[in-house]
Amino acid sequence: MDMFKIAKADLSKLLAAIAAEQDLFVPAKVAGQTNFTLWNEETAVDLDTLKTVKSPKDVFFPQSENLYTVKKEDKKYKITPEELCSRDFVVFGMKACDIQGVKVLDRVFLADPVDTFYAARRAHGTIVALACGEPEESCFCSVFGVDPANPDADVALWVVGDDVCWKALTEKGEALTAKVEALLSAGDEAAVEAKKAEINAIVEKLPYADLDLEGWHGDATKEKFDSPVWDDLYKPCLACGTCTFVCPTCQCYDIKDYDTGHGIQRYRCWDSCMYSDFTMMAHGNNRTSQLQRFRQRFMHKLVYFPANNDGMYSCVGCGRCVDKCPASLNIVKVIKAFKKEEAAK
Amino acid sequence: MQELINRAKELLADGTVARVLGWREGDMSYNPEVAYFNSAEELDKFVYNGFCAANLSKYMIEASKLEGKTLVFLKPCDTYSFNQLLKEHRVDREKAYIIGVGCCGKLNVEAIKAMGIKGIQSIEIDDACETLTVKTIYGDKTVAYKDAMLERCHVCKGKEHMVYDELMGESRDTVDAERFAEVERIEAMSPAEKFAFFQAELSKCIRCNACRNVCPACSCRKCVFDSNKFDSAQKANVDSFEEKMFHIIRAFHVAGRCTDCGECSRVCPQGIPLHLFNRKFIKDINKFYGEFKAGEDAETKGPLTNFTFDDVEPCDAVERG
Amino acid sequence: MPMNEEFKPKIVAFCCNWCSYAGADLAGSSRLAYPADVKIIRVPCSCRVNPMFILRAFEKGADGVIICGCHPGDCHYSTGHYYARRRMAMLFSMLEYIGIENGRTRVEWVSAAEGVKFSTTMNEFVSKIQSLGKNVRLGDIRCKN
Repeated sequence: MDMFKIAKADLSKLLAAIAAEQDLFVPAKVAGQTNFTLWNEETAVDLDTLKTVKSPKDVFFPQSENLYTVKKEDKKYKITPEELCSRDFVVFGMKACDIQGVKVLDRVFLADPVDTFYAARRAHGTIVALACGEPEESCFCSVFGVDPANPDADVALWVVGDDVCWKALTEKGEALTAKVEALLSAGDEAAVEAKKAEINAIVEKLPYADLDLEGWHGDATKEKFDSPVWDDLYKPCLACGTCTFVCPTCQCYDIKDYDTGHGIQRYRCWDSCMYSDFTMMAHGNNRTSQLQRFRQRFMHKLVYFPANNDGMYSCVGCGRCVDKCPASLNIVKVIKAFKKEEAAK
Repeated sequence: MQELINRAKELLADGTVARVLGWREGDMSYNPEVAYFNSAEELDKFVYNGFCAANLSKYMIEASKLEGKTLVFLKPCDTYSFNQLLKEHRVDREKAYIIGVGCCGKLNVEAIKAMGIKGIQSIEIDDACETLTVKTIYGDKTVAYKDAMLERCHVCKGKEHMVYDELMGESRDTVDAERFAEVERIEAMSPAEKFAFFQAELSKCIRCNACRNVCPACSCRKCVFDSNKFDSAQKANVDSFEEKMFHIIRAFHVAGRCTDCGECSRVCPQGIPLHLFNRKFIKDINKFYGEFKAGEDAETKGPLTNFTFDDVEPCDAVERG
Repeated sequence: MPMNEEFKPKIVAFCCNWCSYAGADLAGSSRLAYPADVKIIRVPCSCRVNPMFILRAFEKGADGVIICGCHPGDCHYSTGHYYARRRMAMLFSMLEYIGIENGRTRVEWVSAAEGVKFSTTMNEFVSKIQSLGKNVRLGDIRCKN
């Protein structure tokens, strides 16, 4: 497939052209923080910030969404299911780690039984990814086999000098390219290759580049679960849900009813395994201490998920938990603490 | 820092305390974590520097349930929180051995990153706490210490410790802003502007509850927002009313008890200036019911659990507020 | 709602059991008129009113909320209304601070003998809310349709 390019200065034209026919989600700065939002002419698009605070998973799996509404009409209850996403949209500027995150979500939501809400959004969404220009110290995607220079999306973009190079990688990407081709000119494959080499050279220098995942696999359940390392590790944890809500792969949700005064809306919203009422059942709660809840999150990412998904980890190394945890705890510290313990043995 | 470690080792060795609550060095220069130290060897990982911002008073709630005394290091502003918790019988003074540590302002790595500094490999703080030398993958930078300070340190409450067993280290004045300036700026706006301001800030909220969980005043065993029978339970997030309700109610619940320690704003992953709610209450309390500093002592009645016969009427309060 | 139809505000009135609720009763038995849009919720004391009640009323579609209690000094429980007064002063000031029009909330002291005051207060409050218009800033969109 061909390499195209567009001048950076013309990006707003490109975004307008994309948005003319479908919804467009872009990273945008609102009140000082960059997150993915629906584009309009006034949106302050921010492609310079490497990582949005929240991962763009909420484009496919919103933090809160309605499932159906129940209303009482003439002594009968009328149930109206929420309509599935039927409008095409484009997510512009996702990074390689976030795309790997979507693949993790696919494993969960597209496996039998298929989550129809998620599946509809996936079917209508086209992902335009941007290669990471300046990876940051909290990044460790390479540890999980993600290549930040080569995002695996429908269309991949690279910023080379004053140009943005554009390459379609899938049929969806081809279709989008056809729609905006008038704005694109022929790009230079060699310049992009040079850019990729440049990015990879930076990635090697990152402080977490040599993080070692040895010992973390689907068969390690007993050994890791029973480890005394957790006893000390969890202590600073505040039991807030920051790590789970900024994470591109955390996919647990809760289903609740909202009483609108004239009916019931059944909705689902992100849940966090850090919360005391997570998976609350009639008999009470499975995990009653913060140690257990803390352990659950990391065991799920590094042991249970690979056990059920052909060895695929459900951490993608985006480093958002490293940046955002109020108690400076994160998955890297967990992995390192176990490494230290094993070395001491 | 070494003298803190030495003193902690002494107190551990002579049996005065059973454990030490402090900060352990992180895997980067800016992310030390809160930790318990049970032995002299473990204390070798102890750090105390500009990035040790966490207020350890809240951890003392759990530590008060443990066997024996806990040595805890509190900065001047943390001691207000400790006093407030004492007043509410949430911590046990007998279970705490408090070393009041000096503070020359705490740092906010987000402020450093907001200057466009990326790929931080290490941050060195000079002994005088004037300059930070930041080594990054993309070249070295220097940053003035005070430009990287947390918001709360620019309006510091003072260098005095309100409760302690012994004091170590020097503090310095870091105040270079007016504490209520931001609140007054908002008060001067039109209702539509005020609403737009808070709407923009609060719509960022992801309801992670970090502000609540870190808050020393939010020490309820069961939070009203955690009730699963309550239809605004913690997790729902819709872009309309919920965040506003959560933050107003939370600020209200801590009104008169909030010491303005600034932890809520420090931990918010979305950078919401949550202290603006608390400070508004503090400003109003000072104005209507007399100057009050929560946590100055552990006895005085709080302003919202007290009254006088000629208090201001609510409708007048709004007009004069 | 068609444009020409008059805006009928929804008002929630929290009335203390001992004074204001009896005052409302007196207003009724004295045939004093006040708008039917005022929905009274009886509470044991004005200090039973939790700020959450007020916000919840707005969330679910109220356009104005008024709290009525015994006159200062007359509280059935001696001091309840003094606490309520401080709390409401704080809450109202906060609501104003986040951009809610001043006047959507109100506290009024009404004794059991003041049927007239109850009815005039409610009439005044309703016309105040009518001039402010619908509560759009504090409502929850889910409760709208």
